[in-house]
Amino acid sequence: MPVPTKPESFMALEAVLLRHHRSPDSLIEILHQSQNLYSYLSDPLLRHVATRLKLPLSRVKGTASFYHLFRFQPPARHRCVVCTGTACQIQGASALIEAMEESLGLQMGDRRGDGWVSLSEVRCLGTCSDAPLVLIDGTVGRQQSSDGLRRWLQELEP
Amino acid sequence: MNGLRCCASAGCLARGSGALIGALETAISRAELGDRIQLRPVGCLGPCSQGPLLALDPDGDLYAGVGPQDAETLVAALARRLHQGSDQATPLEWAPARGERLDLRAPFFQRQRRIVLEHCGLIDPTDLEQAIAVGAYGQLERVLQGWSPERVLTELQRSGLRGRGGAGYPTGLKWATVARMPGARKVVVCNADEGDPGAFMDRAVLEGDPHRVLEGMAIAAYAVGADHGFIYIRAEYALAIERLRLAIDQAVRRGRLGPALFGTGFGFSVELRVGAGAYVCGEETALIASIEGKRGTPRPRPPYPAERGVGGKPTLINNVETLANVAPILREGADWFAAIGTAGSAGTKVFSLTGHVRRGGLVEVPMGTSLTTVVLEMGEGAPEGSAVKAVQTGGPSGGCVPADRLDTPLDYESLQALGTIMGSGGMVVLDQSTDMVALAAYFMAFCREESCGKCVPCRAGTVQLHGLLERILAGSASRADLDQLETLGAMVMDTSLCGLGQSAPKPMLSTLRYFRGDYLARLEAP
Repeated sequence: MPVPTKPESFMALEAVLLRHHRSPDSLIEILHQSQNLYSYLSDPLLRHVATRLKLPLSRVKGTASFYHLFRFQPPARHRCVVCTGTACQIQGASALIEAMEESLGLQMGDRRGDGWVSLSEVRCLGTCSDAPLVLIDGTVGRQQSSDGLRRWLQELEP
Repeated sequence: MNGLRCCASAGCLARGSGALIGALETAISRAELGDRIQLRPVGCLGPCSQGPLLALDPDGDLYAGVGPQDAETLVAALARRLHQGSDQATPLEWAPARGERLDLRAPFFQRQRRIVLEHCGLIDPTDLEQAIAVGAYGQLERVLQGWSPERVLTELQRSGLRGRGGAGYPTGLKWATVARMPGARKVVVCNADEGDPGAFMDRAVLEGDPHRVLEGMAIAAYAVGADHGFIYIRAEYALAIERLRLAIDQAVRRGRLGPALFGTGFGFSVELRVGAGAYVCGEETALIASIEGKRGTPRPRPPYPAERGVGGKPTLINNVETLANVAPILREGADWFAAIGTAGSAGTKVFSLTGHVRRGGLVEVPMGTSLTTVVLEMGEGAPEGSAVKAVQTGGPSGGCVPADRLDTPLDYESLQALGTIMGSGGMVVLDQSTDMVALAAYFMAFCREESCGKCVPCRAGTVQLHGLLERILAGSASRADLDQLETLGAMVMDTSLCGLGQSAPKPMLSTLRYFRGDYLARLEAP
């Protein structure tokens, strides 16, 4: 879906804004919904939210950039995540990160220039009995081995 | 009536319990036994490391490692027993193909005392009627129809309940403080921002018995004089968020939340606020800022949230597990609760047992139970061929208990004396393969990244401390670096603005205290 750039293109957000009475208190909720609707928080989108909530753009951007889960560029086609919670950490998360970095040719936290794949970490998914965990495109790999992970990554659609 | 309870919490779902539930539904309907076998998705059944878990009623048996391929044989075995005209007289002749029937006489089950989790794993968390059938909202009704707020406060104070989020502040006292504050509009906040890595107690409670928490909030609101509440939950817990949204909707429609509850003048509404990935938001003043739609940075206290919290109103903030204790305390009485656990730490505590341990999962034990009991007996110790080196409690704000101190009772003061904290209940077992310096560096990196940057000691201190730890790991540090690590650690603890910075050096200082040799061995030869 092409990401809209003009304010009038953000019509789908109106219902969300209305539900929250355009209250600045609900900024984080509104940012969540905005990201769900448009897949990431583009500059025009943040400007639009600021205008509709009558907030300075600095406040909207400052808040959004504080939190890890908000994205400011389109998500990659394949999202590879390594859990680095304590239980995963002591059971081999570092080796999984190495395998990811090597196979994908990326550093932790990076996204490939063509938007094909990104590599990031999450601090604990809370299902620690299955450590170490990875998450690829939403699918959980539990008690993941480095070899299994390499095979999985090879199967990702180009 | 036979009942099958299948764990539908995040842990077992990741192991395929969703497919198991689907296969059982199909098998039951194909055998036309829908009216004889009741299938229920339930909350956490305990030993997550052996999931997917399935419980059988009325037998009370618990099966581990059950997969969709077992559905046909299980339903066939149940059908055979039903045809013999008996529900339970004869034990079921069945075992999962790749799993087993668990021995419920094992310490993992016998040593538990389930109060917070009493209905977790029994009821379908998406069905309010099932929750009501086991007493949900019963204490709220009882309190509203005959108790004064003062009586609730007295009961809570007498029970000796202390905050389960980590600090252990007396809950009754906190409630009484908010109740005394002037102002017509007050707020109750449930802190469900369970951010400690390796901790999933609150996730399990919210996924397994969400109404228990909502009832606790409503009772708290009545006691302190609030009419509105927020649940602040971390975005990573998608399933808990979904179950909570549903639970709130159901409770409103059924008149358990909303205006004029149970025909009284008391009304209480609850709003869900989803975090966006910031560990510091577990700190109460940062959490308030985040609820207000701002950057989650803490501010100095006083004023405490009890005086000025969400929207400037007097605010009560309690953790999920704390609120889940409220209904049973009122139902059974303060004396009953105070008699469980130890003199200073009443009641039970839920722990998530993970790491290098044979049997991991969710356990609830009376306060004062020793770490030996939990880790070595219930968890059955480290995996084959290894031994427990230490147990990490309290996450990035806690420390490590060495193996020779496992006789320590789990209560607030005993753990504090060892240089760690009870914390919210994460318990990660570490075996001999664990590099304690690397672990300290791991936690320091966590705090460095999660520091909000508002105060200098935390923002700059965690960077310096992590740098020093990296140098030690690289083998290029000197004795002087080790001294500086300790001095700087103490300074960051003493001068940081909020709990994150004040406790950031703890994992490092605690490993220095008990595993100094691990550090010394890595220093450069002088």
